[in-house]
Amino acid sequence: MKSSVITFPGSNCDRDMDVALKKFGFKNKMVWHADAELPKSDLVVLPGGFSYGDYLRCGSMASKSKIMQSVINFANSGGMVMGICNGFQILVESGLVPGVLLRNKYLEFICKNVFVKINDKQNKYFKNVNNEVLEFHIAHNEGNYFCTQDQLKEIEDNNQIAINYCDENGKIEDQFNPNGSIKNIAGIFNKEKNVLGMMPHPERMIDTSLSGEDGSLFFKNLINNLK
Amino acid sequence: MIVNEKVAVDHGLKKDEYAKICELLKRTPNITELGIFSAMWNEHCSYKSSRLHLKNLPTKGKKVIQGPGENAGVIDIEDNDAIVFKIESHNHPSFIEPYQGAATGVGGIMRDVFTMGARPIANLNSIHFGSPQHKKTKNLLRGVVHGIGGYGNCMGVPTIAGQTTFDSSYNGNILVNAMTLGLVKKDKIFYSKAAGLNKPVIYVGSKTGRDGIHGASMASASFDEKIEEKKPTVQVGDPFTEKLLLEACLELMAGDSIIAIQDMGAAGLTSSSIEMASKGNLGIEINLNKVPCREAKMTPYEIMLSESQERMLIVLENGKEEHAKKIFDKWNLDFAVIGKTTKSKKIELYFDEEKVADIPVNTLVENSPMYNRKWKKAKLPKKNKIKKEDIKHLKIIDVLKKILGNPNVCSKEWIWQQYDHTVMGDTIQKPGGDAGVVKVHGTDKAVAASVDSSAVYCWAHPLTGGKQVVCESFRNLIAVGAKPVAITNCLNFGSPENDENMGEFVECVQGIGEASEYLKFPVVSGNVSFYNQTKDEGIKPTPAIGGVGLIKDYKNMITMEFKELDNLVLVIGKTEGHIDQSLFARNILDEKNGPPPEVNLFNEKNNGETLLKLIDNNLIKSAHDVSLGGIITAVSKMCIKGKKGINIKKPKFLINEIEYLFAEDQGRYIIEINKKNFKKVADILNKNAVHFDELGTIIENELYINEKTKVTIDELSTSNKSWLVNYMSK
Repeated sequence: MKSSVITFPGSNCDRDMDVALKKFGFKNKMVWHADAELPKSDLVVLPGGFSYGDYLRCGSMASKSKIMQSVINFANSGGMVMGICNGFQILVESGLVPGVLLRNKYLEFICKNVFVKINDKQNKYFKNVNNEVLEFHIAHNEGNYFCTQDQLKEIEDNNQIAINYCDENGKIEDQFNPNGSIKNIAGIFNKEKNVLGMMPHPERMIDTSLSGEDGSLFFKNLINNLK
Repeated sequence: MIVNEKVAVDHGLKKDEYAKICELLKRTPNITELGIFSAMWNEHCSYKSSRLHLKNLPTKGKKVIQGPGENAGVIDIEDNDAIVFKIESHNHPSFIEPYQGAATGVGGIMRDVFTMGARPIANLNSIHFGSPQHKKTKNLLRGVVHGIGGYGNCMGVPTIAGQTTFDSSYNGNILVNAMTLGLVKKDKIFYSKAAGLNKPVIYVGSKTGRDGIHGASMASASFDEKIEEKKPTVQVGDPFTEKLLLEACLELMAGDSIIAIQDMGAAGLTSSSIEMASKGNLGIEINLNKVPCREAKMTPYEIMLSESQERMLIVLENGKEEHAKKIFDKWNLDFAVIGKTTKSKKIELYFDEEKVADIPVNTLVENSPMYNRKWKKAKLPKKNKIKKEDIKHLKIIDVLKKILGNPNVCSKEWIWQQYDHTVMGDTIQKPGGDAGVVKVHGTDKAVAASVDSSAVYCWAHPLTGGKQVVCESFRNLIAVGAKPVAITNCLNFGSPENDENMGEFVECVQGIGEASEYLKFPVVSGNVSFYNQTKDEGIKPTPAIGGVGLIKDYKNMITMEFKELDNLVLVIGKTEGHIDQSLFARNILDEKNGPPPEVNLFNEKNNGETLLKLIDNNLIKSAHDVSLGGIITAVSKMCIKGKKGINIKKPKFLINEIEYLFAEDQGRYIIEINKKNFKKVADILNKNAVHFDELGTIIENELYINEKTKVTIDELSTSNKSWLVNYMSK
C-alpha cells in the first residue's frame, strides 16, 4: 500500500505519521506543500501541527497551498484522505468535510488521552475494528467542532459522524467532551466516507511504551481494509 | 547624540566602567559603540559578578563532549549519539509580559540547542510565582503557562517535565527557566567559533525590528514601581518562524557549508557577531544596510541592539552562498550576506557608507569587567526542638491531606495538560513523575530529564541547599531507572551588589560544585540570573538544576505508580526525622526557622547506585524519591497514580510517628518489590550497607495505618488534584 504525508510549513506531526504508517506496512512518501502533483497513493494524510503558524485561522492558509488542489481532486475521485488534528482543520477549511473547528471551550490547549466511540463502521477506516471504543490521544487548541443545525441534520442523516468523545464504556456525555464539540464529535467523514477528519492522533498510540496501543489497532485495520 | 558619562549611566554602565571604555578605545565611544559596550558588559551577558565563582564548578567528565562556554553543553550517550542541553532564565521579561516573556524564553533555549546541530527532543521548565493570594499571581501563572505552551506546542517539541512553586518572595519577581534537550550525531556538532579570513557572514531568519532593545540590560537590573514602562524591552515570539528556521538550519547543517553558527539571543547581532569573532580570534566587518529590517529607518544603534527573535548568524564556506540561500528560500526565510570575517580582530560596522563602529573584540570580551563582590557567609541555623504538645493533637490524615493540597505539592496537571507532551512520538514518561523520559528516536535507548530547585533549603542554608538540589536531581533520574550523566544550572538570585544575596550565590554554587563533583554529575552548561529583586527585596536563592540521565534499554524504565496488590513497599535510606524547613514545619507548625536537612553525599551516591543495581536486576516494580512532605506524601502519590492503597505497618521507629512520616531527610526512595524477591533485594541492600525500612504492603484503594488512621485513595486524590484547578477557575 502506498501512502503520502503532506508537509506544510509548520507541520510537526509529519514525521510521527511517517513512522506510524511505515510501522504498519505502508510505503510512505513525504510530499512538500509546494509540489503540484501527488505521487500515486492509496492514502493521503494531512498531518497535525501548526501549518502557517495557525495564523489567520487554523488550516486556512494551508488549504490554499499548491498541493491541496491535487489532494482535493484525489478526494473527489474517491481517494482516501485522512486529516489529523491540524489536518482536520485543513480539510474543514478546504471544504472536503463540513463544519468548522473553533477554539476549545475552556480556551486552553489540551493534551491527554481520551476515549472515542466509533459511530460508523461502514467505511474503510473503521470497518472490521472489533472494539466499539478506542483510547486515543488529543493535543490541540482548536478542536471544538461546530456546524449549523441544517448541516448537523445532514451529517447525521448521512451517518457522517466517525467518532464521538465518550468514557471508557462508550457513554457519550457532556462531561467526557474535552473541548465543547457539538454532539461530542471527534471526527467526521465526507458524504462518501473516503475523507476522514479527526482531532485525535492515532500515530501517538502505536506502542505500549507510549500513550497506548489503540492506534496500532487502527492502522493495522486500515491497511487491511485498503488491500 | 553626544556620549558622556550620564548617557553611559543611563545605559546601565557604572562610571568607572565608562572610564574604562574610554581608556580602552583611547577616545569617547559614539552612541552605537556605547550601546554595544552596554550590551556586552551588562551582568546578563558578561557574568561579571559570577565568573569568578563559576569557574570552580566541575565541568569535565568521561561523557562530557562540550562543557560551558558554547551555546549549550553536550554529552555522549554512545553509538555516535550525543545530547545537547541547557537551561536558561527569562525571569524579568516574563514578569513584565508573561505570555511573550515565557514564550521567547522557550524559543531562545531551543535555538541555543539547534544552533549546535541538534534537533530539540524535549522541553522542561521550572517556574516560580508569588503567593497564590497575591493579586498578580494568577494572571502571571496563566500567561506564563500559555506562553510556554504557545511556543513549544507550535514547534512540535514535547514538554516532558517541570516544576512549579509558589512563595511570597517571588511576588515582585517571578522566575521562568526553560530547558531544552536536543539529539545530534557526535560527528555533526556545530560550534560558534569562526575560522578563516574573508568568509561570508550570513544573516538568516526573521527580520530585525525594534523589539527587545536593551532586553539584556533590563534583565541586569532590579525592578522598581516603573517596571511596566519597560514593556517595549520584551521581545515578541513567532514560533512558526522558529520552526521554519529549525528545519532550514538542520537542512543546511546536513551538508558541509557551515564554519560557525550562533543564534542571536540576548543582545542580538552584537553578542552573536562578537562571540564568533572572539572565539575565532578574528575580526568581523558588517554592512548594516544589508541587515533585513522589519521597520523603516532603523539606526545602526537599534539594529545592533534589537533582540528580535528567530535569527541566526552563520559564517559560511566561500562559494556556498547560493546553496544556502536556496534552502532558506524554500523555507521562506530571510537570507542576507551582511559581512565577512577579517584579520583586524575588530568589530567594524558600516552604515550608509560610513564607519559607525570600530571596536577591538578583546576590549568587549576579555577586558570586560569582572568583580570580586563582597559576600557574607551564612551560618547554619540552630535546630528547633519540636514540642510534643505542638504535634500531639495533630491527626496524620488531616495533615496529609493538607500537604497533598499544598500549592507546592499538589498535582500540576492543569499546567502540563496545556503542554503537548507526546508530539514526536517518543515520550515514554509524561510529566507528573520523577523525571520525563523520551526514547532516542529509532533506538532502544532513552533519555531522562528532570528540573529541580529547593529555594527554602537554599534560603535556610545556601551551602546545604546547593548540594541538596543536585542530589534531588540525581535521585529523580535514578528513580526512573536512568544513570545520571550531567547537569545544567540556572542560578536565580537577588542583587549581587548586596553582600547577603551575593553570599547566597557564592555558597549555593559551592554546594552545587561539591555535590556534582562527588556524584560525578558535572555541570555542562548554565545561566546566571541576578537582580531578581524589587527595590531592596530579593527572591529566595533559587538555583534550578536540570539533570539528564541515560536509560540503556527503555524497557527498563521505572515509573512511580504502585503496580500490584500484595507487593512490598520499602523505604531506602535512613529516616532521622529531620523536620526543620520541611513542608510540615513551615505549613503545619508555622515554624520557618532551622537548618535544612543535612546532605550526606556518600549515602546519596551509595543509595542511588544501589537502587540502580536493583533496577538492573529487574527487582523494582515502582520507585519514587522522597522529597517535600516526606515518606507519607511520597507513598500517597504512588497510591494516587497507581489507584492502589497501602497498609502501612508501623516500623520500629525510635522517633515519633509524625516525624517518621513527614520528615524530609535526604537520600531516600520508596520502592515497590515483589514479596518473593524480598530476600534478594534485602541481600543487595545489606551488602551495600544501605539502610532500609519495610513500610508496608499494597492493598486496594485505602491508605491504612490503623482503624483510626485511614483514608481512601480517592479522597487523597481529590486533595491532591483540586487545589490548582479550583484556584485557576475562581
